[in-house]
Amino acid sequence: MRSTKPRRWGERLIEGAIKSTGIATIVFVLLIFVFLLKDSLPLFGHAKQTASLLGTRWLPTSEPEQFGLIPLLLGSLYVTLGAMVISVPLGVACAIFIAELAPQWLRELLKPLVELLAAVPSVVFGALGVLLLGPWFAKTLHLPVGQFAALGSLLLAFMAIPTIVSVSEDALHAVPRALRAGSLALGATHWQSITRVVLPTARSGLIAAGLLGLGRAIGETMTVLMVTGNAAVIPQGLKGFILPVRTMTATIAAEMGETAHNSTHYFALFFIGLLLFLITLVVNVVAEVVVHRMGREAK
Amino acid sequence: MSALPSAVGRTLTQTGEDGSQSAGQSVAEEAFLPTCEEVPCAPNILRPEGEIKLEARSLNMYYGSFQALRNVSMAIPERRITALIGPSGCGKSSFLRCFNRMNDMIDGFRLEGDVLLEGNDIYRRDLDLAYLRKRVGMVFQAPNPFPMSIYDNIAYGPRLHGRPDRSELDQIVEQSLRQAALWDEVKDKLRQSALGLSGGQQQRLCIARVLAVQPEVLLMDEPASALDPTATFHIEELMLQLMEHYTIVIVTHNMYQASRVSQYTGFFLMGELVEFGHTEQIFETPRDKRTDDYIRGRFG
Repeated sequence: MRSTKPRRWGERLIEGAIKSTGIATIVFVLLIFVFLLKDSLPLFGHAKQTASLLGTRWLPTSEPEQFGLIPLLLGSLYVTLGAMVISVPLGVACAIFIAELAPQWLRELLKPLVELLAAVPSVVFGALGVLLLGPWFAKTLHLPVGQFAALGSLLLAFMAIPTIVSVSEDALHAVPRALRAGSLALGATHWQSITRVVLPTARSGLIAAGLLGLGRAIGETMTVLMVTGNAAVIPQGLKGFILPVRTMTATIAAEMGETAHNSTHYFALFFIGLLLFLITLVVNVVAEVVVHRMGREAK
Repeated sequence: MSALPSAVGRTLTQTGEDGSQSAGQSVAEEAFLPTCEEVPCAPNILRPEGEIKLEARSLNMYYGSFQALRNVSMAIPERRITALIGPSGCGKSSFLRCFNRMNDMIDGFRLEGDVLLEGNDIYRRDLDLAYLRKRVGMVFQAPNPFPMSIYDNIAYGPRLHGRPDRSELDQIVEQSLRQAALWDEVKDKLRQSALGLSGGQQQRLCIARVLAVQPEVLLMDEPASALDPTATFHIEELMLQLMEHYTIVIVTHNMYQASRVSQYTGFFLMGELVEFGHTEQIFETPRDKRTDDYIRGRFG
C-alpha cells in the first residue's frame, strides 16, 4: 500500500538500506549456490568418475580415482541421527522444564546457561571429545578405538541442544495460558495438562525445533572431523555407531587443502558441498513450513 | 475494622425495612446469618434458606501486599443461580476462583478464612485438587476450547478421571452437548476442530466440556462478555435450564444479565461484599447506599 503523505528522504534512505540488506542476503545464498554448481558440475564431464559416485568406495587418490559417496552419506546420516536421538528428547525435556516447571529464579539462570552452550566453539567440543571422552569411553566400554560415530553424535547433540531448547521453549510459551487454565479447571494435574494439552498444541513448534537442530548438526564440521575417526567405510548396523565413520563435512575439510585446483577430486569435493547445501536447504524449508503452520494453528 | 453490629441490631434493621416494602416479602421469610458471633460478617448479608452448597467464611485474600478480599462471608444456595456484580477490580472474580482454587498458582496469593463445599474445607492440606475441580467446574470469560476436535474437547475431562470405553464416551459426549444446547449444530462434525466454531458455539462447547465431568457446581466468570447478544441470549437460556441440576455462580459486568438470570445477587466493592440478597431485592430495594448508587449507574 502506498502512503499518500510525502515521505522524508531520511526515511526513504533507511528503508532503502534495510531493503538492500535483505536483498543482499538472498543474492549471497544464490551466489553460493551458483559457485557450488560451477565448481561441481565439471565432474560430470568425466564419465568414469561420475559413475563412481554411486559406489561404495571413497578413494580420491588411488588409480583410478573412486568417488563413492555412499560411505560419506551414511557416515553423516549415522552421526546426525545419533545426535537427534540424544538431543531431541533432552532438548524438549529441558524446554518443558524451563517453560513449565522451573521456578522463576531457576528459569532465569538456566536460559542464559543453555544459550552459553551455543557459544562454545566447536573446536572446543572436538578437543573435549578427542582428549577426554574418547579415551574414557574406549577404556570403560572396551571399544576398539576412541574415535567413533556415537561420540560425534554425543557432542553434536550438545551443540544442537541450545537451538532445540530455545525454539521448543518459544513454542511452549506460545500456548495460551487460557488452555492451561481450562485443563486445570477440569481437574487435570499439572503434568496431565502439559502432556495432553500443552505438548499437542505446541506440536508443530517442537517438530520445527527438532528440524532446526538437525540442520545445525548436519552441517557441523570441526567436531566430527576431530572425533569420528574419518574412516570412509560403510557403517554396518548398530555396530556402526561404535566404529569410525567419515562425514561429508569432515571429508571436505580434511581434503580440500590437499587437492589440485580444478582436478576431479576438487570437483567431487564441491559436489559434496552442493549436496550438503541442498540437504540443509530442504531441512530448513520444511522447518519453516512447519513453523508457519504453527503460527496459523495458534490463530 | 469497623465494629460489627450485633445480631439483634441486624434483625431490627431487617424488620424495619421489610415492613415498608412488598418486594422484600420473601426476604423476611429467611433468616440472616444466625451465627454472627462465630462468623463475623457485614450487615445486609442474607443467609439463603435451603441447602447451602458453597460457603465462604471471613475471607481475606491477598496478592502480595494487595488485599483483594476483605472479610467476605457468603453462603451460596444449592441449585440456584447466584450472581456476583461490581465494578472492575472489586474482587468478584478473585472470590469466584476461591471455590475451585484457581488462585493457587498466582504468585503471592494468600488466603485467610474458610471456604466450604458442603461443609468441608476445600483449602485443607490433604485435599484432592483434581477431585475438587471435578466437582466444581469453571467456565472462563473467553471461550478456551483446546485445539483438538469437538469430540476430544468434550472427552478430555472424562478421560482424565477414568478410562471410559468407546460407547460410554460417545454417550457422554452426546449428552453433554445436548445439555449445552449444541448437539444439533455440531452432531455432524464431531471430528472437526473445535476452533472452527463461532464464539458463542465455542463457549457452549466449553460449558459442555465442563458438564461432561458431571460437576455439582458451575463457576462462570463473565461467560458472555466476549459474545454477541444472540450468543449471550443462548448462554443465559442455557443457564436457566442447567439450574435444575447445578449450583451456578456467575460473575458478570452486566447488571441486566444478573437481574435476568439469577435468584441471588452479591454486590462487591473494593474487595468487600457490600450486600447479598435476593436478586429482586438487590435491584429494587437495595439496603446499602453504595449498592443503590451502583445499580443506578452512578459509578462503575
